Amino acid sequence: MSDQNNLPAGRQAERKFTCIMCPLGCAVTVKADDSGNILEIIGSRCLKGEKYIRDEFSAPKRVLTSTVAIEGAKFDRLPVRTSDFIPKDKLFDLMKEIQKIKVKAPINIGDIILKNILGLNVDIVATRDLSL
Amino acid sequence: MAAALKAHEMGVKNILLVDRLPEPGGILQQCIHNGFGLQKFHKDLTGPEYADMYIKQLKNTNIQVLLQTMAIEISKHNRVILSNKADGLIEVCAKAIVLAMGCRERTRQQVSIPGTRPSGIFTAGVAQRFMNIEGYLPGKEVVVVGSGDIGLIMARRMTLEGAKVHAVTELLPYPGGLTRNIVQCLNDYDIPLYLRHNVIEIYGKDRVTGVKIANVGEEGSPLQKTFEVPCDTLLFSVGLIPENELSRMVPLMMNSLTGGPYIDDTFMTSKPGVFICGNAAFVNDLADYVSLEGEIAGGSAAKFAVGNYPNDTRIPTVAGQNVRFVTPNFISRNDSATLYIRVKYPMTDVRITSTNNVIHMVKKIVKPSEMIEIKLDAEMLKKIKSLKEFRIDVGPE
Repeated sequence: MSDQNNLPAGRQAERKFTCIMCPLGCAVTVKADDSGNILEIIGSRCLKGEKYIRDEFSAPKRVLTSTVAIEGAKFDRLPVRTSDFIPKDKLFDLMKEIQKIKVKAPINIGDIILKNILGLNVDIVATRDLSL
Repeated sequence: MAAALKAHEMGVKNILLVDRLPEPGGILQQCIHNGFGLQKFHKDLTGPEYADMYIKQLKNTNIQVLLQTMAIEISKHNRVILSNKADGLIEVCAKAIVLAMGCRERTRQQVSIPGTRPSGIFTAGVAQRFMNIEGYLPGKEVVVVGSGDIGLIMARRMTLEGAKVHAVTELLPYPGGLTRNIVQCLNDYDIPLYLRHNVIEIYGKDRVTGVKIANVGEEGSPLQKTFEVPCDTLLFSVGLIPENELSRMVPLMMNSLTGGPYIDDTFMTSKPGVFICGNAAFVNDLADYVSLEGEIAGGSAAKFAVGNYPNDTRIPTVAGQNVRFVTPNFISRNDSATLYIRVKYPMTDVRITSTNNVIHMVKKIVKPSEMIEIKLDAEMLKKIKSLKEFRIDVGPE
């Protein structure tokens, strides 16, 4: 999350989140100590939200979708996604790898375009059929 | 596709699906992000994956598909005039018609932003097509006007591809898009969202060179405080309008609140045998809702085609306190029906009530950007059928 307000080292830190588990969009503050142990979660109103905030605090994850170059198809780009969640801080590293990929048509939906990208145990897969 | 498949499932033999694009699926093909299908398939799919679910089903049927074909007219007796390169003009006699034209984006002209007319100004959806299908990055230094979902999605997409998004402006005090998109598209990438701000001037001769942004007052008029942002690209994400050129030609009775035709809960328009679904009827938040409406419209059209369409009393729905619109506009079904309402303003701790207290819902929060689904069962519908009109209000608890 963008709006982290880390206090100087040696003190406890606070980070703010917006919960997205439901349309309420609770503004949640997480207080943690130096080693990243959560001390307090303030403003979360349900268990599902609290779990989401815990995950967002310790290991935020996202699905990445993008496109890769394709040759011999009716379009020049093939849409792809990661087969599973990836750590949020790896998004740009993955984008760099995806930008290098070039495939040849025909491609079927679900085809693995790149296996085990960056050793993350996640594949890049095609999200549509694409041929001439 | 959802409508055609439903009609097929109900035993209709002769179905023709017409699309102006070279492949079915419409705008979904360029929406490569995930978040589709959570309601309908309980899976987190991308746009093309969601479309593929239907394309594969369609291939297993004898439904005829005519692509790269325009429907240019619907005449009096439900004859449809089509046109394409291969066949020229085609006239089709239909027993029932389902319209599914989708919607269009509002543009710079419709929000009246002064300034020069350089290149580098796109609607968010056009930029999305350039990037995801054609493979061009529309620009490097970006400002997004309006906080609709496509604008938020594109802010993230352009950032991932190496562009810098300097600002997203929103005239209203609350965002136009879903909270999920504010968090995952803007906050994740430190893109600032300026609420109650608007672009009041565009600079540049051949290419956009920058914009002037002002904070706005209660009425949406610019205030003194302004700042300039240099940029080479401007994306507009300022709302969607149901596409209804064909409907107006029929002519169907149009609803100025939704921008689509008046419909009942079978999704039939003011003309018997002509049905409409999806964003052409009214702008939906989720593709999943669009498919569900398609199924209802396709099912109703199937009944109409075989002469099995029930002729029930139609009770009008009325938008009451803090309700921008209720759709469908008439309730006719007796088994079950779904109404959608959009509120005018965000509110917390609200009670949704209706004429004769047929419905009674309590919600922690309502927002204009998130449609509220109201499901009516047979018992409720029986009560509604004895009323003159069915009014829905959203008020404090």
